[in-house]
Amino acid sequence: MNWLKFSSPQTFYPLAGKLVPWFAVAATVLTIYGLYLGLLIAPTDFQQGDSYRIIFVHVPASILSMFLYVVMAIYAALGISLNARLSYMMATSVAPTGAMFTFLALLTGSFWGKPTWGAWWVWDARITSELILLFLYIGYMSLQSAIDDKRRADRASAVLAIVGVINVPIIYFSVKWWNTLHQGSTINMGKSSTMAPIMLKAMLIMMVAFWLYSVAVILTRARREIEDRERNSEWIKQAWLQEVKE
Amino acid sequence: MYWHSLNDFLHMGGYALYVWVSFAVTFGSMAIELLLLRVRRLKGQKMMGGAIQ
Repeated sequence: MNWLKFSSPQTFYPLAGKLVPWFAVAATVLTIYGLYLGLLIAPTDFQQGDSYRIIFVHVPASILSMFLYVVMAIYAALGISLNARLSYMMATSVAPTGAMFTFLALLTGSFWGKPTWGAWWVWDARITSELILLFLYIGYMSLQSAIDDKRRADRASAVLAIVGVINVPIIYFSVKWWNTLHQGSTINMGKSSTMAPIMLKAMLIMMVAFWLYSVAVILTRARREIEDRERNSEWIKQAWLQEVKE
Repeated sequence: MYWHSLNDFLHMGGYALYVWVSFAVTFGSMAIELLLLRVRRLKGQKMMGGAIQ
């Protein structure tokens, strides 16, 4: 099988269109199930009371904010090294969703910090590095829209995305490296979880649901991106007509 | 079911503001993102339609 085939926008465009509904349905079902477990079934926390329930959106949003940045940087690196148009389009499509999850991680964190620490915001290592992540996403998107020549914009912003990836391990390990107010990881490799099984289950389901949501949204945005960039080519008109007929 | 009543649930043990704002902003942001993609789709449709006719 020729995998490189999928790196061409012509092959990717209809394939992504077929995949999106599956990811969307799975994301919806798992979100409903996760919310049901997290808000209706899971008991209250003996230390934090019901404020802990913010974890069910806070942790998935935070994990996705970091994961999507790495995905964006990988696409950016592929774009530079293979000069692949689709990789650049994917990197472009990841950024807004990544930025949204970073904003949500900070906001829900703030609404969790206030009742548990007594402060909306602290300049703690974890929170500060997450804020830098938001600036990196915003910088990436601004740089791309600031340069008119699409190819130069792709390359310049890709360099920023790749350099910025150094921030991701800093965020992840910040709670170990520095003495922070932020609590340590709930899930650790090789150690059993410190969380009640039902809470853990709800959190993991929400995490998978947000991941599925991201895939659906990013694939959809990539299709829009292809339509914009390829609007003068014959194949996109044909592909588009084909889908209208179906 | 963990809660005794709907009020009990909405009250969130006194943390209603923090919990509900977090959930509302999260799902609200996702809804806005989907809406923006929808708008972009409609714009693209106009453009494509124009290009084909």
